[in-house]
Parts: sequence; structure tokens; C-alpha cells
Amino acid sequence: MKSLFISNDKTANVVLFSLIALIVLVPLCNAIFPSASALHFSAYTVSLLGKYLTFALLGLSLDLVWGYCGILALGHGAFFALGGYAMGMYLMRQIGERGVYGDPVLPDFMVFLDWKELPWYWYGFDQFWFALPMVLFAPGVLAFVFGWLAFRSRVTGVYLSIITQALTYALMLAFFRNEMGFGGNNGLTDFKDILGFNIQSEAVRVTLFMISGLALIGAFLLSRWIACTKMGRVVTAVRDHEARVRFLGYRVEMFKLWIFVFAAMLAGIAGALYVPQVGIINPSEFSPLNSLEIVVWVAIGGRGTLYGAIIGALLVNYGKTVLTGLLPEIWLFTLGATFILVTVFMPNGLAGLLLKKGGERRT
Amino acid sequence: MNKPLIDRYKTFDFVRRPVKPGEVDVSHKTILYLEDVSVSFDGFKALNNLSLYIDNGELRCLIGPNGAGKTTLMDVITGKTTPDSGSVFFGQTIDLLEMDEPAIAQAGICRKFQKPSVFENLSVFGNLELAMKTDKGAWQVLFAGLNGEQRDRIEEVLTTIGLTEHRAQQAGILSHGQKQWLEIGMLLMQEPKVMLVDEPVAGMTHQEIDRTAELLLSLQGKHSIVVVEHDMEFVRSIARKVTVLHEGSVLTEGTMDEVQNDPRVIQVYLGD
Repeated sequence: MKSLFISNDKTANVVLFSLIALIVLVPLCNAIFPSASALHFSAYTVSLLGKYLTFALLGLSLDLVWGYCGILALGHGAFFALGGYAMGMYLMRQIGERGVYGDPVLPDFMVFLDWKELPWYWYGFDQFWFALPMVLFAPGVLAFVFGWLAFRSRVTGVYLSIITQALTYALMLAFFRNEMGFGGNNGLTDFKDILGFNIQSEAVRVTLFMISGLALIGAFLLSRWIACTKMGRVVTAVRDHEARVRFLGYRVEMFKLWIFVFAAMLAGIAGALYVPQVGIINPSEFSPLNSLEIVVWVAIGGRGTLYGAIIGALLVNYGKTVLTGLLPEIWLFTLGATFILVTVFMPNGLAGLLLKKGGERRT
Repeated sequence: MNKPLIDRYKTFDFVRRPVKPGEVDVSHKTILYLEDVSVSFDGFKALNNLSLYIDNGELRCLIGPNGAGKTTLMDVITGKTTPDSGSVFFGQTIDLLEMDEPAIAQAGICRKFQKPSVFENLSVFGNLELAMKTDKGAWQVLFAGLNGEQRDRIEEVLTTIGLTEHRAQQAGILSHGQKQWLEIGMLLMQEPKVMLVDEPVAGMTHQEIDRTAELLLSLQGKHSIVVVEHDMEFVRSIARKVTVLHEGSVLTEGTMDEVQNDPRVIQVYLGD
């Protein structure tokens, strides 16, 4: 690697500079052109693009775990959802008296359930400075506890995948329950303000879009830096030959845990940026299917490259928007078929294909 | 494993000679003690009351027919397998049965595997860097750089194993013999006190075998080396003392000539 921004891999540079261009151009177009112009992005489009960027960040975080460390985590969506809930709780508390029931403290669903007091775990979420670290803390703690138990007992391979899947499923069932105090089935929605600004306004939408883009770029650069350190080499060594690394004197479980928690926090950030842009978070975000989809994005984009995960997430989700609009019935079939075709014919995904074209060999 | 409440081999702490934590006490000239070690897998006794002592700085060869327990023995020493009974000590004071693989490796017992196990996606240099003796905690590794001394050390080992020209090459495309050498290099990078070397010359040419013999002979004294090998010619060329394993216990020990003329050894190898 030559420097932080320029890599020896051309595709990585193209992806990085496209992202920078995107987060500059979209706000610029909206500032210059009047809202009637074809070059003016509507608030809906901006949020849609912002949503893709948060998915790209989510894919990137899974690539660290799966592509670099070899842990096929099938419950990565749980961390995304937890980050989303942390942000959702903040947004919920901002509604205040403007809710349907007009209670100054209790969110609507609690009034509806006839609760008298705010549960203890909702304390502090009216403050942005408190909610923000929670976005990292909640997924981080879950990943730490889960990873500590699983990696120390040396659960690997398909068993670990199944447990991660069970984890997110269990969380989904738990969050569906009204008694949990997270809005049950309906989740958290009907947000009004973020930091005092109207969440529906175009300016806020554009800002959220830009923050999502910056978060993605920052996470990409940070992850690439980690991959280039000795830590990155140890982690890939763990992926390729776990037992051997242990006999070299490394505590393999600590490295796995480190990467797993770091990736969970990135996923949490993605979730926190996702929620204000789509305006809702509900337990279906925990559904195992969502987590499987993340794996498909990364597989299609090409794992172990970081930018592959970004390309995969953006393309698949764009395809999803288009196809579910045109022919909603065939989307899942298309996704499944693409996944199978990619696995069989392009085991290194689109990134592998691009590398081959460029005449470079992946190391 | 069930540990007895009172260990009759252990005395009061104040009777013991003071040894710094992590330091290997070899005051009795023995670096590895294995006593009455038994391991069984589903009823099959891979090791059967095996007792073996390795002297500090010696080069010991272990031979024995397939299934004699040579690899299981290495698994026990390096913490991969926990024995059903027996005790394994590193020096006078360090109980290896209380430690896991990374702890044993950091204490200074390193191992080369039967099948060459290098990291194929890393460069030759990267493999050596990874093996280097240094702080191996996650945070330390994240911010680890190489200082001049460490660079020199890697260069030195590259010269020793004859892979200087291949330093930037991916380890996956090395020849079989070169991979074996790289793995020996990785052992050297760990600056071990005890080297357990499982079949170092498998798949090597005659020249490579001669160079390996030379290398191992030059290392004895500085390191205690245990070599498991089937190639008798190679064993003869390096061995001072040979231990023959059979059905999980030590059959006999001695020089190569003594061992080869032992009627029990002949029977084990050739059958009745």
C-alpha cells in the first residue's frame, strides 16, 4: 500500500473515489439545481442512496469477519439492528409531546400498553451524547459476550454459523414481545426530530446521506489499515490455518474476538445511520433472512477485498429496489439464483473477476 | 483430568529454589520430563505409561513404526492433547499440563508439523515475521512495526534457510522442500528452547537432506531438539541418542548402532 488513500489495487481506488464523488456531487446538485430539475435528487432518492451506503458499511463489516478472519457469521444483522434500536430510542424520546397520546416522557407504545413509568434502560436516551456511544456499546457488548464464549470454547465452522443464526433469531423473538419495551411488533417509528432538526426535511436527508458516505469511507480506510498491519496478517493466518497460529503463541480467540467486536461496532454505526433515513426500526431487522442477505452481498462482491463487499451491497440492493418495484415475486428467486451462480462460477465474486481482468493476481 | 488434592511430588514453596516466572529451571540438566504419560482415543492406547527425559541442549531422534505414538507425544508436549494420566514438566518447575498451546509456545516449546504448515497466502518474509518472538497480544500486534534488530534477525534466518531470494514470494508457490525449510525458519524465529521437529526431510532431495542435517547439528547445544523421522539414513547422520517407541511406550534408548542391533527393535520393525 502506497498511502492511506491510494492503494496498489486499482479497483479499490476507483471504488474509493467514486464514493467521494458521490457524497460531493449529490449535495452539490441539490444545492445548484432547483427542485423541478431532473438533476435535483428528491428527498426520497437521497435517502434511498443513503440507505444503500449504510448497507455497504454493513457488508464491509461482515467482510472483515468472514473474508479476513474466516468466521462465517450468519447473524451479523443483529448488530446492525441493535445499533438501529439505540438510534431509534433516541429519536423516539425526541418526539416528546407530539406523539398521538401527547405524553411528554413515555413513547406512544408505552402509553398504549398502559405503562406508567419509563423502563430503566430507556433512561438517558433523550440525550444524543448518551445514545451515540450506545450505538457502539450495545452491539459491541453483545459481540464481546457471544464471541468470548464461542471462540474460547473453540466453536468454529458450521456450528458457529448456526449459533450466530440462532442468536439473531432469539433476539428477533425477544424484540417482538411487547414486554421487552422496544415497541414489540411495530418497533420504533414516527420520528420527528434529530438534534432539533426536522427529520423529514431535505437538508437533514442530504446531511444524513453525507454522514453515511463519510462513515463508509472512514470505515473502509480504517479496515484497510488494519488489514495491512501485522494484526491483519495474523487474522488471515487464523483464517487459513487456525491451529498453526496457536502453536506460534498467538491467542487465536483474542484476535477473533477483537475483529468480531470491531465489526459489530461498524455494523452498529450502519444501523444507527439506517434508521433515521428509513424512519423505522422493527424486529424484522433481526430476522435470519436479513443476515443471510448480507452474506450474499459479500459473496457476490467478492470477499476478502473490502471494496468487493461495498460493490456487492450497492449492486444487490439497487437490483432489489428495481426488481421488487417491477416484479416483486421474482426477487428472491433472482437473489438465490445469483448467489448460486456466483458461488459456482465466480468464487471470488465480482472483485475476483475485476482482478483477473486487470491481470493482477490476488495475494 | 482429575488432579489429586495433594501432589506428593510437590514440596512447600519455600523449599524450592527461587526461579523467576517464565524462566526454565534446567539445573538438573533435563529440560523435558514426561512421566507415566497415557493417552487413549476411544479405547486405543496411543501412549501407554510413557516416560521420557530430554536433556538440555541435546539432539534426540525418535523413531518407531507407524502408530507408535510419536505424533501423539508431540501433541501432548505442545498442549494439543491432554493426557489421561501422567505428568509433563518443562524444566523443574513449569507444569505443561496446566498450560494451553499459545502459553506453551510462548514459554519456548515450538513445533514443526509433519505436513509443512506455512501460511500460503503470506510472503516468506511475512511468515517469518509472524513467527518472530515478540509480544503477541492483539493490541501490541495491531501497532507492531519492525525495528532494525528484528529486520536483521529475519534476514539472518532467511540466509540460514537459504530463502533470501524468495523473501517476497508467496509461501504457497514454494517447493515442498522449501516449505519445510521455511517452517524450520519459523521455528528459529521463535527462538525456542525446545524444538519438536516432525519429519523434517520428507519430500526433500538428497542435497536438501544433507543441508537439513547440517542445520540441525549446528543448532544443538543452543536448543534442545527432538526429531521424529522415518528416514533411517538421515537419523544415522544426525543422531547421538535414539529413542525407539513402540505401541505407545519407550522400547529402548541408545546410540544408533546399539538400537539397530537390539533384537527387540529388529522384531518390531521386521515382524517375527
